[in-house]
Amino acid sequence: MRGAEAGDVWVVVEQHDGVAAEVSLELLGRARELAERLGVGIGAVLAGAGAPVRALAPALIARGADTVYLADHDDLGDYLALPYTCVVVGLVRAHRPQIVLYGATTSGRDLAPRVASALRTGLTADCTDLRIGDFSAKGETYADLLFQIRPAFGGNIIATIVSPEHRPQMATVREGVMVMPEADESRTGTVVTVPVQRSSAPVAAADRIVLTDADFAVRLVKRVQEGKRVDLKGARVVVSGGVGVGSREGFALVEELARTLGGVVGASRAAVDAGWVGHEHQVGQTGTTVRPKLYIACGISGSVQHRAGMDQSARILAINSDPHAPIFSVAHYGIAGDLHKVIPLLIKAYRTKA
Amino acid sequence: MAVEARLRWGLVPLTFAADAPFLVPYRIRKQRRRETLTDMSQLRIVVLVKQVPDTQNVTGDAMKEDGTVNRAALPAVFNPEDLNALEEALRLKDRHGARVTVVTMGPPAAVQVLRESLYRGVDEVILLTDKAFAGADTLATSYVLSLAVRKLGGCDLVLCGRQAIDGDTAQVGPQTAEKLGYPQITCVSRVDELVAPAGGAGGAVTATRSIEGGYETLTSLLPCLLTVTGEANEPRPPSVKLVMTYKGIAAESMPDYDDTYLDPESDAAEVCMVGRDGRPVCRAKVVQWDHLALAADREALGLRGSPTRVKEIESVVLAQSEARMVTPDEAGLAILVHELIEEHILG
Repeated sequence: MRGAEAGDVWVVVEQHDGVAAEVSLELLGRARELAERLGVGIGAVLAGAGAPVRALAPALIARGADTVYLADHDDLGDYLALPYTCVVVGLVRAHRPQIVLYGATTSGRDLAPRVASALRTGLTADCTDLRIGDFSAKGETYADLLFQIRPAFGGNIIATIVSPEHRPQMATVREGVMVMPEADESRTGTVVTVPVQRSSAPVAAADRIVLTDADFAVRLVKRVQEGKRVDLKGARVVVSGGVGVGSREGFALVEELARTLGGVVGASRAAVDAGWVGHEHQVGQTGTTVRPKLYIACGISGSVQHRAGMDQSARILAINSDPHAPIFSVAHYGIAGDLHKVIPLLIKAYRTKA
Repeated sequence: MAVEARLRWGLVPLTFAADAPFLVPYRIRKQRRRETLTDMSQLRIVVLVKQVPDTQNVTGDAMKEDGTVNRAALPAVFNPEDLNALEEALRLKDRHGARVTVVTMGPPAAVQVLRESLYRGVDEVILLTDKAFAGADTLATSYVLSLAVRKLGGCDLVLCGRQAIDGDTAQVGPQTAEKLGYPQITCVSRVDELVAPAGGAGGAVTATRSIEGGYETLTSLLPCLLTVTGEANEPRPPSVKLVMTYKGIAAESMPDYDDTYLDPESDAAEVCMVGRDGRPVCRAKVVQWDHLALAADREALGLRGSPTRVKEIESVVLAQSEARMVTPDEAGLAILVHELIEEHILG
């Protein structure tokens, strides 16, 4: 049996203008549970430029980090895959954490595989749960491995993945599936300032991170945040549309119902792929996981990948013309009928009552 | 045969035929001398594709009695976002002239996605198949794909789908880029501009990617790897003429990379046409490489080269229906709304 090992649990923190992504803070909460079980500390990797990112370091300690590795350099101001890979790979090689976690955001899913390839280690995408446990294979037992749990195969199976021989064990984790830890301002920790050097050519240096010109082959031209972020996670009511909605125009009906009920518009993957609604509205395995008080599924057949993102809702109302659609198996209320007729009736019924 | 084919095509809707590349037999027009495909200055694009079980349509027959998925019943399809990557490559070819090579790793049956690629007008297809590749996770897969790109002599642009619908990991693209030492732009929803390499200048690509609540535009020097999402484009349908040409094509083992068959002047060239861009198009083979052809390190292949192991798989079982059915009329909906308000579900 392989014994327990040293090496901390790390979270690679995603930040924009000194504000940490929620998933990074959620990960610090889960990292605390994993680290306590393993008897090790928690490291947070924080890269960026200037005062805002430096100011974030104490906030990460308050959320559970024991050590913050702060890589502060003018050239790290915007997230770019290559220089950030260089920072994470350099730090992992120097400090040898046993676990490294990333948010499964667009940039987390851009960065983590690049790092995994450079370190030749395993990586599991889009985990919905992480645990510590033992694993046996071919007569060998590995103690205290990271169980990386994720839906796969279009959400039709839940797989538990391990990385027995390779370190660090790495995973990206979906936003919203782990509980955000409370900030505890009295917590203490260490901020380690990581020396970062920009060089035109590669320099062999173990004591610092060297960013070469080749790491800046990609340059950011512009980044546009379209103000109104869709707050699916925080919504009390989510009204989602799927293929059954039929068209972009049909989707207006879904939007009207959401507006009437004070809810947020969601969508199945198929509706997003059809271009009727932006991907930020997508609910499901590859979209957002929601737990509203009321989830209304309009014209959504209910693929496992969609149900994975909404079946924890307090109440589910399904409207579908096919009375045998799988969505009814997770719904509390079902309406078998044409949503183009049912939704206006529902809007009218609500306006009359409220 | 030509007449018979034309008769049959007469039934094909006009839009379908109009989309087909303009191809006329090249050997007949040999007096129109053109530069060959081995032109060094030509843009080189490699598209990485995957054949996947169609996990998006898991219904009816594909469900077992216990509510789990019967994978064997799922049809194998061209991974949807890989078709978007292929379409992007073909558009760049239409605009700039390019040699497009499609590479897939998989069992021999995966040759079907290569045929589908030929039907849409790519120049060259490569099947990476070997028992030693079996059981590969994303790391071992990206190793094999990167070796294939290297064996092709590298390229200017690697395109692949953002993720495959069987695993949804989105890892193989970035991992392949890292192994090639190429920069990457992932989640591309639009390729804005391509400056082809010319006169010693390396060229560049500008692309827009979706990020949470917005988008960003990046410019990369070539070579570069892009992963493309379904938002990028509407993939073209197969060309009827190319389907007729390639439907029977089989994979052929070619340990050494020798692209002379792509040269219309070579004796090895079996099919030669003039493409829509006026260049000769010669395609005849599905090149097949195994680990020996790629000179791969056995330890880095397949299950052996994969750091991850599947500990356990749990099927998601459909629960039996418990939904209370509501009548879709005013009275039924009024009761439902009333109840939801009473329970403070609705405010």
